[in-house]
Amino acid sequence: MTCHYARRYARLVTMSLKADAPKAPTPPTPPEDSPSALADVTASDASLRRFLHGLPGVDAVGLEARAASLGTRSIKTTAKAYALDLAISMIDLTTLEGADTPGKVRALCAKGRNPDPTDRSTPPVAAICVYSDLVATAREALAGSGVAVASVATAFPAGRAARSVKLADTAEAVAAGADEVDMVIDRGAFLAGRYLSVFEEIVAVREACGDAHLKVILENGELATYDNIRRASWLAMLAGADFIKTSTGKVGVNATPANTLLMLQAVRDFRAATGRQIGVKPAGGIRTAKDAVKFLVLVNETAGPDWLSPTWFRFGASSLLNDLLMQRQKLGTGRYSGPDYVTVD
Amino acid sequence: MTFDYAPAPESRAIVDIPASHGLFVDGRFRPAADEAVFKTVSPATEEVLSEVANAGDDDVDAAVRSARKAFESWSALPGSERAKYLFRIARLVQERARELAVLESLDNGKPIRESRDADLPLVAAHFFYYAGWADKLEHAGFGPAPRPLGVAGGVIPWNFPLLMLAWKVAPALATGNTMVLKPAETTPLTALAFARICQQAGLPPGVLNILTGDGATGAALVAHPGIDKVAFTGSTEVGKAIARTVAGTHKRLTLELGGKAAHIVFEDAALDQAVEGIVQGIFFNQGHVCCAGSRLLVQESVADEVLAALKARMSTLRVGDPLDKNTDVGAINSAEQLARIRELTEAGEAEGAERWAPECELPSTGYWFRPTLFTGVTQAHRIAQEEIFGPVLSVLTFRTPQEAVEKANNTPYGLSAGIWTEKGSRSLWMANRLRAGVIWSNTFNKFDATSPFGGYQESGYGREGGRHGLGVYLDV
Repeated sequence: MTCHYARRYARLVTMSLKADAPKAPTPPTPPEDSPSALADVTASDASLRRFLHGLPGVDAVGLEARAASLGTRSIKTTAKAYALDLAISMIDLTTLEGADTPGKVRALCAKGRNPDPTDRSTPPVAAICVYSDLVATAREALAGSGVAVASVATAFPAGRAARSVKLADTAEAVAAGADEVDMVIDRGAFLAGRYLSVFEEIVAVREACGDAHLKVILENGELATYDNIRRASWLAMLAGADFIKTSTGKVGVNATPANTLLMLQAVRDFRAATGRQIGVKPAGGIRTAKDAVKFLVLVNETAGPDWLSPTWFRFGASSLLNDLLMQRQKLGTGRYSGPDYVTVD
Repeated sequence: MTFDYAPAPESRAIVDIPASHGLFVDGRFRPAADEAVFKTVSPATEEVLSEVANAGDDDVDAAVRSARKAFESWSALPGSERAKYLFRIARLVQERARELAVLESLDNGKPIRESRDADLPLVAAHFFYYAGWADKLEHAGFGPAPRPLGVAGGVIPWNFPLLMLAWKVAPALATGNTMVLKPAETTPLTALAFARICQQAGLPPGVLNILTGDGATGAALVAHPGIDKVAFTGSTEVGKAIARTVAGTHKRLTLELGGKAAHIVFEDAALDQAVEGIVQGIFFNQGHVCCAGSRLLVQESVADEVLAALKARMSTLRVGDPLDKNTDVGAINSAEQLARIRELTEAGEAEGAERWAPECELPSTGYWFRPTLFTGVTQAHRIAQEEIFGPVLSVLTFRTPQEAVEKANNTPYGLSAGIWTEKGSRSLWMANRLRAGVIWSNTFNKFDATSPFGGYQESGYGREGGRHGLGVYLDV
């Protein structure tokens, strides 16, 4: 939030960054060179609970009203052109189906590299997001493109598996060439109040990721309350997440303007407290260019312009891209084309 | 590159403003008896929007006579028949909401986002709500056959021109009274557009008369012996003068006057939403709100944190063209009001409070004032005591709930208050002790046709809105 907010969390300021963390195998214990202040917060379930429950509460009515109010911003002409291109470049173009095949993934990769074959000035997407067994295929299809390969891992989407299985899943994805890993938190442990267990698992996955970026999926729809989402956001950031992500896209409630706004407040406050910037990724249910632009307004007016880049903000989406492309064509030509003028992959 | 929002102006073409406007008397528009006129300008550009008739004593007399004549048949109509007219008006307001919103923003200077999303929906809601009461008055708790008072005189302010009209006209007509209404001098246009809606709805001549004019017109209306009820919303100073005028007469009086609301933020509040509430509380409608949360009382333990967040949030406020859909804070309504805001803020600085305002470019023409906050304010400062009626927030701190109550109540006013805490029991404890007509919990500046509104002490008496709003127009 601010430097004053930072003072409230002053003990976190000296926390170790992930680069400092030892690359030990599956350490459920905090890094040994971690300052005692951080150890205090994560020393036990009780201290972690005290910290997370000490975060300011969230007033649901007020949060949703603010998100709705920002949704009335009217983004036109030059601002719209900027927002559409930015949104395209922020997409993690995703396919996460049981029916995924190498052919499907290759088609999606081609689309991600060149979203609009009729207009080569269209920016590529940020990443292609697939299951871990298709990472190698995607890696090959994206070679030399600058588009990253993201893989879901840790028994996505339920996250219900032994930790060893989750870590193996992560390691395989990274070994196959994933640049980014989208893990799910253990919602069962979180809802049971075993915060430290959730924390340790993220730390362990963080280690298994090596140099790959880690996005931590909170699954907001299952956390259910905004207070929980705020706590889970801080928990994930404390454990070393590079990104916090709203959802898997596999449950009833996924990214909403309100829960994304809340997570943007969390990363803003976390940077003010620790100096470390964390990205945000809403995923699931964002299908129209109009919605995407609303999310960018949320970013601009909550976390701030520093987050307006694919390094710090992503959209997890599949059908969004084509609507963005149609709007982009409309802006360029003055005419609506139609779904037959964008590629279906 | 940054995300600069391109201008997104609402089209002016939707509203056709006649070059001159007459008085609306007996169902028709006509010039003032002495043909006096005045001009109304757009505060955002100082452009003259239209010329408006300035009603004199003869016009007031004619309007009151017309209303008196209409009262006989209007009050004799079954409530369900009166309701039909009000429902029709409500629907017409909804149908023409966009046009009325643009007109309101042009004449008043408020952002189109607010006139579109707050004012106009509330105007329609008030007419729908009181239309529903018109045939149920005998069940409203005012006796088996409550009777209307007669001719009501309404004098309304410039901050919510059409909404204040609705607050007066809807209950007055629903209860069987007829009315003579004087809109504010600087914002007559939506009331005159409303007169055309009444014509369109077939409202019988004389049931509502609208007289534009200045303070003298209002004074003549209030003093006219032919009216039975005065409903005034405006400054405490004028309210007191009206109270003196009607003292000793048969006239009933409701006054909705100024305020200096305490907006109380406890350390356990949902701080992000509290900051949003503070901004809504004082910068909504440029702070031209009688119930504005103009005194922020923040618990000292979180004062730095809240202030820093508040400043960051204020830096994102977009000040400028009221017709731009992305504008958050519009123009100050008049040069006179701007001068008053300047005078009080200068007094604040002179008395030692620390002034802060975000960097923002203001348009070169029109009346503008940056969203401003003062820290280091104490109860002894003028800016903690006097109503500024502008986008200026005074920040004070407190240590305990008891101290918050004492400071909040330490004002001659008592219109509204706000409490931010996640602890329900504390919220109720505070609400029982705060002397204010409206208390918001974990929100601010929320209005609803079903909820009574009004104040204590120098904030006035009588209630508008809800079932209570019927009582002040009935002989009970």
